[in-house]
Amino acid sequence: MSLVIDVKNLNFSFGSGALTQPVLKNVTISIHKGEIVLMTGPSGSGKTTFLTIIGGLRQAFHGSVMVLDQQLINSSEQVKVKVRQQIGYIFQQHNLLKSLTALQNVSMTLEMQNRMTEQQRLDRAAEMLKAVGLGERLNYKPDQLSAGQCQRVSIARALVGQPKIVLADEPTASLDKQSGHEAVTILERLAKESQTTILLVTHDYRILDIADRVVELEDGMIKER
Amino acid sequence: MNLVAWIYFPARLAWRQLIFDRTKLVAATCGVLFACVLVFMQQGFRDALYASAASAPVKLNGDLFLIHKQSEAMWRPVHFPRSELMRTLGNPAVAEVYPLYLGLAPFKNIETRTKRTLMVYGFDPDSVIFDIEDIINMRTALRLKDTVLFDEYSRPEFGPVRQLLEAGRNVTEIKDYKITVIGLFRLGVSFAADGNIITSDLNFMRIFPDRNLDAIDLGVIRLHPDASIKQVQAELSSQLNEFVNIFTYDELLQYEKDYWANIAPIGFIFGFGTVMGLVVGLVIVYQILFTDITNHRHEFATLKAMGYEHSYFIRVVFASAFFLAILGFIPGYLFSLGLYHLAESQIFMPMPMTFSKAMTVFLFILSMCMTAGFLAIHKLKAANPADMF
Ligand SMILES: Nc1ncnc2c1ncn2[C@@H]1O[C@H](COP(=O)(O)OP(=O)(O)OP(=O)(O)O)[C@@H](O)[C@H]1O
Ligand SMILES: [Mg+2]
Repeated sequence: MSLVIDVKNLNFSFGSGALTQPVLKNVTISIHKGEIVLMTGPSGSGKTTFLTIIGGLRQAFHGSVMVLDQQLINSSEQVKVKVRQQIGYIFQQHNLLKSLTALQNVSMTLEMQNRMTEQQRLDRAAEMLKAVGLGERLNYKPDQLSAGQCQRVSIARALVGQPKIVLADEPTASLDKQSGHEAVTILERLAKESQTTILLVTHDYRILDIADRVVELEDGMIKER
Repeated sequence: MNLVAWIYFPARLAWRQLIFDRTKLVAATCGVLFACVLVFMQQGFRDALYASAASAPVKLNGDLFLIHKQSEAMWRPVHFPRSELMRTLGNPAVAEVYPLYLGLAPFKNIETRTKRTLMVYGFDPDSVIFDIEDIINMRTALRLKDTVLFDEYSRPEFGPVRQLLEAGRNVTEIKDYKITVIGLFRLGVSFAADGNIITSDLNFMRIFPDRNLDAIDLGVIRLHPDASIKQVQAELSSQLNEFVNIFTYDELLQYEKDYWANIAPIGFIFGFGTVMGLVVGLVIVYQILFTDITNHRHEFATLKAMGYEHSYFIRVVFASAFFLAILGFIPGYLFSLGLYHLAESQIFMPMPMTFSKAMTVFLFILSMCMTAGFLAIHKLKAANPADMF
């Protein structure tokens, strides 16, 4: 099996000079294609920081971060944009565009791919929304949907582009127990169908059962469980 | 990436975000509309000024015109000897020449007996120097002593002359000299004169006893039909005295317009008003776009995290600016059209809404919005995808 994410000796600090605050210390982790990895750890341990580096949202300078065969350490904007386009994000807040309907929100992922016609985009987006159980809510805007429904739209948005990796940061934090579990189960099912790699940060021990592997980040260092 | 998708997708997002918040959209549109109306009115008044300044020469029927070099404009002429005009007859291409006498004088309202200044034109009733049907028809009648024609398009302060004439009340005074109004014609008011009177050269001298037939204000030259106007102009200007200008018809119009545009401060005032309108509009549109980006920075950061490039958001901002320009211009145009009609009926100034004027104002408004967009894009830096998790 090929490595999708291969991180070696990653060091990262916020601030500079006397105010330097090391957050990630010598982090080393490899994730295979199709693996579902859950990451837990105390607050402030650097989980979010780690995800933003993997996702090409934050620049790191020391160590090695290979994501989808691209080196992200000291990378150019083009490399980061390329990596971002192959990753699906699920944020803690759903972060949907509030002026767009569910269908339009999901289509936004596909608008970057110019090989599709508009009709193909809408069909794919509608299919994806059906898969997350929102086939009846295609033309609803975020403020007409519940928090759980919004998070499911954002799962559809993350997966519709058939990303190689899905990164999720506490996707269930703003949801109640049932809709949280529902959302994660949908995510697991769809990811397994398409062999998508998932790296998911959570404090929610009720969802650990979907994981192939659970790692813990503590004080900037990785521990396998 | 193909060009349609390159601009269509960001434009569509900009449009969807614009129409989502209707209240804000209306406020934004009003800002552009305001600037639009301001610019339209400034342009309208300015063009009315130029058009009316040139309204007298427009109806003059001649190929070349002599005017004293010190005459800044037709309404404040400096006299020059009639012999100067007669000398041009020496050129074989010149068919006829006619002098025109001009003077400002108070006209007594027949009804209220209040006095108000208007422009008096004196011409040789044998000539056809005005291209106005009513004047041509009344030429013989004007040979009678103390008869004048009154411009129906004069401001209403001179009285309802048409009705008064129909009622037989046609006697009044110009410069305290008793005259009879024997008919009407249509010329139009200008910034220089609120009304016009036309009479024969001899009657003109009776109204202005300090003037004489040998000191003329404007010389009208008509050439033989096959003569080259430019060539004759060149020949004559080398023969004539230094103190006269010899103009073609177009040059005379331009001379009048230039007076108002450059010598009089009025051209500058309207230019300044236009710039102020655009600056106010610019500030409003900038403010709108800036707050819009601030409000959408999380959405933009989300899209960036998904792989959208920075240039995509620049296109979104410019598309918003473009839509605001269109949305503000359409009602602004209609509103200004109404104001133009109002101005025409209330202050008797010609205020036509021409296609080129509408186009000019639209380009002003469009550049205003685009500049505002250009100034607002620096705010896009606030959309940082690292803050999204
Ligand atoms: N933009 C920033 N500038 C400076 N310091 C930061 C910034 N973001 C995070 N930090 C610091 O880095 C450390 C790690 O933060 P991070 O958000 O990665 O933790 P986390 O594991 O995601 O915590 P939580 O579980 O509470 O989300 C914290 O001490 C935090 O204060
Ligand atoms: Mg966090």
